[in-house]
Amino acid sequence: MEIGDVVVIDRAGIDQLVTSLRARGLRTIGPVVRDGAILHAEVSGSPDLPIGWHDHQEPGTYRLHHDDDPRLFAWAVGPHSLKAEVFPARSVVWRTDGPGAAEPSSTGQDRGGIDGPPRTAVVGARPCEAAALAVLDAVLGAGPVPDPGYRTRRASMFVVIADCGSPAGTCFCSSMGTGPEATSGFDLALTELADGDGHRFVVRVGSASGAEVIDEVPWRPPSADDLAGRVAVIDRARAEMGRVLDTDDLPGVLARTLEHPRWQVVADRCLACGNCTLVCPTCFCSTIEDTTDLRGSVERSRRWASCFEERHSYLHGGAVRGSTRSRYRQWMTHKLGTWHDQFGMSGCVGCGRCIAWCPVGIDITEEVAAIRSTDAVAEGGTRS
Amino acid sequence: MGNVTTTEVALAARHPMAPAPYRVVTRRRQTDDVVTLGLEPIDGDAPGFEAGQFNMLTAFGVGEVAISMSSAPRPGATIEHTVRDVGAVTHALCTTPAEGIVGVRGPFGTGWGLYELDDADVVVVAGGIGLAPLRGAVDELAGRLGAEQTSGRVALVIGARTPDQIVFADDLARWRDLGVHVEATVDMAGPGWDDNVGVVTALLPGVPFDPARAVAMVCGPEVMMRFTIRALVDRGMPLERIRVSLERNMQCGLGWCGHCQLGPLLLCRDGPVRSCSPELSRLLTERER
Amino acid sequence: MTDDIAALVAHHPLLAGLPGHTIDHVAGCARNVAIDTGQLLLAEGEAADTLYLVRRGRVAIEIHTPGHGPLCVETLGPGDALGWSWLFPPYRWRFDARALEPVGALSVDGTCLRDKADADPVFGYALMKRVAAVTIERLQATRLRLLDLYGQRDDD
Repeated sequence: MEIGDVVVIDRAGIDQLVTSLRARGLRTIGPVVRDGAILHAEVSGSPDLPIGWHDHQEPGTYRLHHDDDPRLFAWAVGPHSLKAEVFPARSVVWRTDGPGAAEPSSTGQDRGGIDGPPRTAVVGARPCEAAALAVLDAVLGAGPVPDPGYRTRRASMFVVIADCGSPAGTCFCSSMGTGPEATSGFDLALTELADGDGHRFVVRVGSASGAEVIDEVPWRPPSADDLAGRVAVIDRARAEMGRVLDTDDLPGVLARTLEHPRWQVVADRCLACGNCTLVCPTCFCSTIEDTTDLRGSVERSRRWASCFEERHSYLHGGAVRGSTRSRYRQWMTHKLGTWHDQFGMSGCVGCGRCIAWCPVGIDITEEVAAIRSTDAVAEGGTRS
Repeated sequence: MGNVTTTEVALAARHPMAPAPYRVVTRRRQTDDVVTLGLEPIDGDAPGFEAGQFNMLTAFGVGEVAISMSSAPRPGATIEHTVRDVGAVTHALCTTPAEGIVGVRGPFGTGWGLYELDDADVVVVAGGIGLAPLRGAVDELAGRLGAEQTSGRVALVIGARTPDQIVFADDLARWRDLGVHVEATVDMAGPGWDDNVGVVTALLPGVPFDPARAVAMVCGPEVMMRFTIRALVDRGMPLERIRVSLERNMQCGLGWCGHCQLGPLLLCRDGPVRSCSPELSRLLTERER
Repeated sequence: MTDDIAALVAHHPLLAGLPGHTIDHVAGCARNVAIDTGQLLLAEGEAADTLYLVRRGRVAIEIHTPGHGPLCVETLGPGDALGWSWLFPPYRWRFDARALEPVGALSVDGTCLRDKADADPVFGYALMKRVAAVTIERLQATRLRLLDLYGQRDDD
C-alpha cells in the first residue's frame, strides 16, 4: 500500500479503522451528536458517528434533523473544529518548581504532550478542517519561532478526512479552494457513497502511516463505478455549495475600503460577542497570564483570546480599537486581507461556522459582496 | 505528518515563552517614575542585540511586559532597561531591588539600523520616555563621532514634559562632548529653567543636517511621532529615511498571540522600528475608534 | 544702510520670498537692534508697538507670578517673529519677553507697519498672511503641548 493508492471499504471497515487506531494507543475522536449539535468526542466505532443526521445552517441558525439515511457523513460541519486538538483553549506554558524559584521548571514547560496526553486520531474531519490545520501550520508551526507544543500535537495527529457530500447553506469552501474534497493534509481521505451499488467508502491514501493503517482493514480495489460515483458526489457538492465569496484581489479591495460606510452598518448589528472567533478553525489569538499561588509558585498560562475583546488592543490606559466597528473591521480585514501579508495565504477556509454561529446572523460573504459592489462604483470600474 | 521528533523538542531546552532568570546588578532612578535596571544573566552569557530591539521582562508572579534595551550592545556588558512605572508589572520591575531576580526573553524585533547609515547625517528626535529605546543608538553614534569614524553629523533633539522629567539628563553633556548637537525642550518650564520651552519640532530649524541625505530616528508618543514626521518631511526629508519605533499591546514577542498587529504588521517581528512609507503613514492615521 | 536692512528683512523667514516692494515697505519701518542678556524686549502691560524679527539668540516669553518669579511659556530663537499685540487695540503687551542670551533682531515699528498696511491693502494682505501663518503654527504647537503627551497614562 502506498501514498496515492485508492481502495474501497464498507461500513464494517470504518469500525475496523477505528479499532486499529485505538489499538495503536491513539485517542480516537470523531463527530458525534451531542447537545443538539455535531461535536468532536471519543468514538469506539461507526455506531457512535452521526448516522442519518443532517444539518441545516443559515445565518444565526444551526439545526439537526434525522432520517433513515444510512450515511455517516451526510452533514457539513459542527461548531467544533480541530483547532482545540492542536492549540488547546487553555494551557500552562510553564510553571516554577516551587515558592521562590525564579527558574521555570524544565518539566513544567509545554512540550505538547510528550509526557502528557496521548496522540490523537480524528476520524471524519472535513476538508475545510484539513485546510484550517494547514493555515495554523503556517501561523503557529512555522516562522522564526514555531510553537513547540503546537508542532508536537500536530505532528502526532492522525487525520482521516471525510470528503463533503452535503454542504450546508453557510458553506463556501469551493470559493476558498479548500473543498469539497481534500487534496492534501490527510493520512486517509474517505468519500462516502450510498447508491444502488451499496454503502461504501472510497479511500485515498495520503501518507505512509495512512497506508499502514488502511492495510489492516478489509478493502477491495475501486471499480470504475466507484470512482465515477465519487466524482459525482464531489461535483454535486460543489454545485450545491451554499454560498460564494469572490476572492479576486480581496486583500487589495479591503485595503482601500477601510472607510467604507458598510463597516458601520455591520457594527450596528455586531454584538462583539466573539462567537465567530471561537468557532473559527484558524483564529489563533491568545492572551498570556501569569498567576501565583499563596505559596509563591508562579505559573504562566495561555488562553484563547478574541480581537473582539476590548482589552485585546489595550495600550497606555485604553483600547486602540475601542469601537465595535474598528474591531469587526480588524477581524474581517485580517482574516481575508492582511493574513496574506503575514502568512502568505488567506485565513479563511470557507467553513461558514462564523455565519451559522453569529447570534445576529452576520454573513461574511454578504459583507464582502456589499463592500465590493460600492468599491466598483467608487473606482468607476466594471467589476461585478 | 511526523516531521517533529521528540529529540528536536527536548533539545530546545527552554520553551520560547519561558524567561531566563537575570539579576538586577544596577539600579538608577532617572525621574520620579522612571528607573533604569542593569541586568546580567544568572547563567551563561546574554545574547547579543541591536539597539532598538526589545526584551520581554517578567516580574515573577505579576506578569511580563515588552521593554526596549536602553544601553548600547557591548559584549559582556550589563544590559540596561529603562522602565516607566505605569501599571502592575512595570511597578514590580521598578521596585525590584538590587540583587533581585527578573525574567528575560529576547531579543525581539527590529533595530534602528545603525549599520546601514553610510556616513549620512543622523537626526534623533526623542519625546519623553521615547529617549530610552534611542539611548543605545545615540551612544553608538556618539562613539563613532568621537572616534572620527563617520563624516556624518549627529543631532539629538529631546522633548520632555518638564525639566525634571528629562530622562537621561546626565548623558547630555557627555554626548555634547563627543560632538553630538544636543537640544532639549520642555512642554512646561519651572523656575530655574533657562533652556527651550515649546514643542520638540520647534528645535529642528536650529539643527544642522542635510535633509536630502539624512536619516532620522524618532521615538515617543505616537501623536508626537506623527507631527515630527510631518515636520521632517516639510524640511525636505524623504519619508523612507525617517525611522520610527512603534508600539502596540505585546504579549508573546513571538508572533503567536496576535495582539501587536498594526494592519499587516506583527510589530514583535516586523517592528518595533520601521522606516516610514505612505502605507505606514496611512496605518498611523487610521482612526480606530 | 537701508539696503542692508532690506537684505536682513528679506532673509528673515517671516517675510522671505515676498516681492521686493513688500520687503522695502517693512524695511522702511525697521532698524537693527542688539539686546543684552536679561533685558526685556516686551513688558506686560506696556505699550505694544514693535514687531521683532529675531536673527540671533534666544528669547523667553514669560509671565511673572507672585511667589514663583517668571514662568516661561515658550522660547523663540533665530528666524522667529516676536510680538503680535501691535496689530490690534489696545496695543498693550500681554506677556514679558526676556533675552536669554545676547539677541540680535530687527525692530519693526508697529504704527509704521499699520499705516502702510491701511494705505496699501495689497501689502497689508501679504503681511497679514505671513503673520497668520506663524500664529497658526504657534497655536497648533501649543495645542500639542496641551495634550500633555509625555504625561502619565494609567495602565493596569
